[in-house]
Amino acid sequence: MTARRTWATARRVLAQLRNDPRTIALILVLPTALMTLLAWILPDSEWQKYAPPLLGIFPMLVMFLVTSVATLRERTSGTLERLLSMPMGKGDFVFGYAIAFGVLAIVQALVVAGVCFALLDLTVRGSAPLVVLIAVVDGLVGTALGLFVSAFAQTEFQAVQFMPVALLPQFLLCGLILPTEELPTVLGWISWLLPLTYAVNAMQHVVVDTQLDTRFWVDAGVITGMAVALLALGAVTLRRQTR
Amino acid sequence: MTTAAISVRDLTIVRGPVTAVDHLSLEVPSGQVIGLLGPSGSGKSSLMRAIVGVQVMESGSIDVLGQPAGSPTLRAQVGYVTQDPSVYSDLSVLANLRYFARILGVTDDSVERVLDQVDLREVADRLVGRLSGGQRSRVSLGTALLGSPQLLVLDEPTVGLDPALRRDLWTLFHQLATAGTTVFVSSHVMEEASRCDRLLLLRDGRLLAEGTQSQLLERTGCQDIERAFLAIVEGGAS
Repeated sequence: MTARRTWATARRVLAQLRNDPRTIALILVLPTALMTLLAWILPDSEWQKYAPPLLGIFPMLVMFLVTSVATLRERTSGTLERLLSMPMGKGDFVFGYAIAFGVLAIVQALVVAGVCFALLDLTVRGSAPLVVLIAVVDGLVGTALGLFVSAFAQTEFQAVQFMPVALLPQFLLCGLILPTEELPTVLGWISWLLPLTYAVNAMQHVVVDTQLDTRFWVDAGVITGMAVALLALGAVTLRRQTR
Repeated sequence: MTTAAISVRDLTIVRGPVTAVDHLSLEVPSGQVIGLLGPSGSGKSSLMRAIVGVQVMESGSIDVLGQPAGSPTLRAQVGYVTQDPSVYSDLSVLANLRYFARILGVTDDSVERVLDQVDLREVADRLVGRLSGGQRSRVSLGTALLGSPQLLVLDEPTVGLDPALRRDLWTLFHQLATAGTTVFVSSHVMEEASRCDRLLLLRDGRLLAEGTQSQLLERTGCQDIERAFLAIVEGGAS
């Protein structure tokens, strides 16, 4: 793995995205539209409660989807096989993608959170920039998860099949539907293995706490650690030789 | 025969339920244009994938340029072109070549050289997805030429190209071979045999026959490779 190849890959992925307005729209417009819809559906008290966790969930879902599709295209077009027959490190591929989509996750979080705070009357007792920070890290987790699952998959079909498997259980267990403390014991344990739980938890802290305690930073640290671990795991499990 | 660029020993490759390559042994001499001919499903692509180190091998071994296939040092010395053009259709020709040049660690001078070699200078700024099929496969070929590889592995590079373009590509392959590159090229079109210095005939993952075109024609008493292929198949194992 070298900085030159990782950086070249990140720039190449960003150049591809510039030529792909639909993906840009999916990343920026879709979560913004969903949040707007939610603000319209919910009475204000509920909106204030549900918006921050969803600001963590939507970036993760969208970035997971976009990353899975992008790496899927690398497989089907044969470009991944070509890269891996070249002096390309597996880490160059994975971290190149992570950097490119990380940039997008930052833009996404700024746009979506910006619209929520400026136009949709969202208020939090804690710090608004921290909402953006958690949203960015969540987007990164989505990207990392997408890369990991796609590296793990042997075929493109498997990669698509993994999408709902990786996402939907997290959505049910993250604490949005029922607080994690109220889940059946075993499910409660499982929920603390899933990155989305920490994201929702951190967001809920920002909503109610003016002074953030260490628990917030522990949550933020755990999500970041999970993102990095998933990326490293994705690089390790990417197979140069396939059947 | 000069030293072997590739030597395959007792290679078996299983893909799904199919034994794609079956206890295959062969040698590919260096500095020539070697044709790997056989019908589709004969194991050409699997063999080529194994040579460039992206195919799981069941048993047997392959030495490429004196090292086991798949060795990290080989990745800079072997150029590989897959059957379908494996380049980014949503990037321009130039952006594709520049990206792969960075991965290979070669300068943009190589990009300039390749643009002329595969005759794509006029469309350098166009998106690959907007090019014709023939132009697209030349982008893919150009990518493999960036690193000035010692061995070029080309899987059906001339399929679907117009005759003039095919002729130009074969001329390029021979120029590269004259300059010392080993060009290992597969085709299911038997008439392309005449363009190769030496032929390997593959069927059902086994080596059916090998030699120069004239040797194979002489041995079978046939007038073209298509008939020679049939004669060998019907005459049993050679």
